[in-house]
Amino acid sequence: MKRIPVAGLLVTAMACALAQQKFGADGIAEYRKMLEDGNPSDLFEARGEELWKKKRGPKNASLEQCDLGKGPGVVKGAFVELPRYFADTKKVQDLESRLLTCMETLQGFDAAEIAKTPFGVGEQVSIEGLVAYVSAESRGSRFNLPQAHADEQKMYELGKRAFFYRAGPYDFSCASCHGEAGKRIRMQELPKLTSDPGDGVGFAAWPAYRLSSGEMWGMQRRLNDCYRQQRFPFPGYGSDVTIALGVYMGVNAKGAQSIAPAIKR
Amino acid sequence: MRHPRLRRALFGLFAVLTACATPVTPSPDYDALMAEMMRASFREQGIAKMDRLMQDASNAECSKSEGGPLSDARSEAIQTANYKSVKMPADGKFIGDWREGERLAQNGRGMTWTDPSTATTANGGGCYNCHELSKAEISFGNIGPSLFNYGKLHGVANPEAPESLPIVDYTWRKIYNSKAFNACSGMPRFGHAGLLSEAQLKHLMALLLDPNSPVNK
Repeated sequence: MKRIPVAGLLVTAMACALAQQKFGADGIAEYRKMLEDGNPSDLFEARGEELWKKKRGPKNASLEQCDLGKGPGVVKGAFVELPRYFADTKKVQDLESRLLTCMETLQGFDAAEIAKTPFGVGEQVSIEGLVAYVSAESRGSRFNLPQAHADEQKMYELGKRAFFYRAGPYDFSCASCHGEAGKRIRMQELPKLTSDPGDGVGFAAWPAYRLSSGEMWGMQRRLNDCYRQQRFPFPGYGSDVTIALGVYMGVNAKGAQSIAPAIKR
Repeated sequence: MRHPRLRRALFGLFAVLTACATPVTPSPDYDALMAEMMRASFREQGIAKMDRLMQDASNAECSKSEGGPLSDARSEAIQTANYKSVKMPADGKFIGDWREGERLAQNGRGMTWTDPSTATTANGGGCYNCHELSKAEISFGNIGPSLFNYGKLHGVANPEAPESLPIVDYTWRKIYNSKAFNACSGMPRFGHAGLLSEAQLKHLMALLLDPNSPVNK
């Protein structure tokens, strides 16, 4: 795995040089195209598949019987229907909180302990691989979150409220950056997330490989960093506000094609 | 009623009739659910304490309107309250050093849970994140309007001169508390929220209004 950051850095260095030569939107588009060609996410996907099938944890069991919403063991197509309601936990869960449930019930891990673990450490590293594997199994599929259950509808409404919730020392909400089309922070384009931003954009582009850190970021980590930049307190891993936002963005992205795991700078 | 069985039967019938009379399940109390969700989902981390989730009138009402405008009356009330909160510089001087202002405009750091301190010295203005300012900096955001040639376009030849006072006064108040003029402004309230010191605000004023600033070239 040590090769990933090195490969990433090389691609970055080459692409940055190119982007700097050109400047402006054209250079950046070309830079992004180069990133896609050098996406090392397949290494994470392979590791995730191995983790999915390997007997691990106190119960020495694999995750192959994990129900991601389409029945035990069905991985294909599951990602583009998450978050959704699960009858066994009586909760709406996203991919990561659902993986925690399976790691606890099937493998005997302590889900609360993993939720408290910092990103990029211990079992959180396993989750980086698992989200890469599960999302890749739906690559090219279109988002179609279920909204039939009352709790799924409730989470959509709460996610919408959370999206527009302004607070903190900067008075920011999610909508401050993602409420209008065609906006940028510096040169970084910002997808409008109150409606479908298009194939492979916004919700349909995560999990993603981060070149800057050499890590695979799931939606939980993405939202965590959004709230950091929003100057809010710290959202718990798999907390209801993160799930509600996932439902809101996911339902809004209905019909968008997933390119996850994508690649970001 | 002396017959327990009959009583039970009547009770059952009553329950069914009541249920039929109210076929629609009551809609959830979203205000209460939202408050509980926010409280339970976050925890403090470093300098980012839980009190950051509290909302004043501007944040509460502009959240509820979901990006839409407030009523004229509510906009007016919120703007008036925010206008009154503005503190003018103690020494009556508004203009600092535009070079310091440019540094602050470039610096987008501060107030996140990974920042070590809430002191104003730890904070930037982050202006380029959302605004165009000088032509030399091509990496600028567009959430806010372009401020290129701000002073020049407002006819400011000398920001210290009495004829410049209206635009100088407005600009100070706008940076100090953006909600003084727009109840749901997307801009942080740099003075009101204690993000920047009086001296730092003066440097930003110079960046915008000093004829020698690259903004006015």
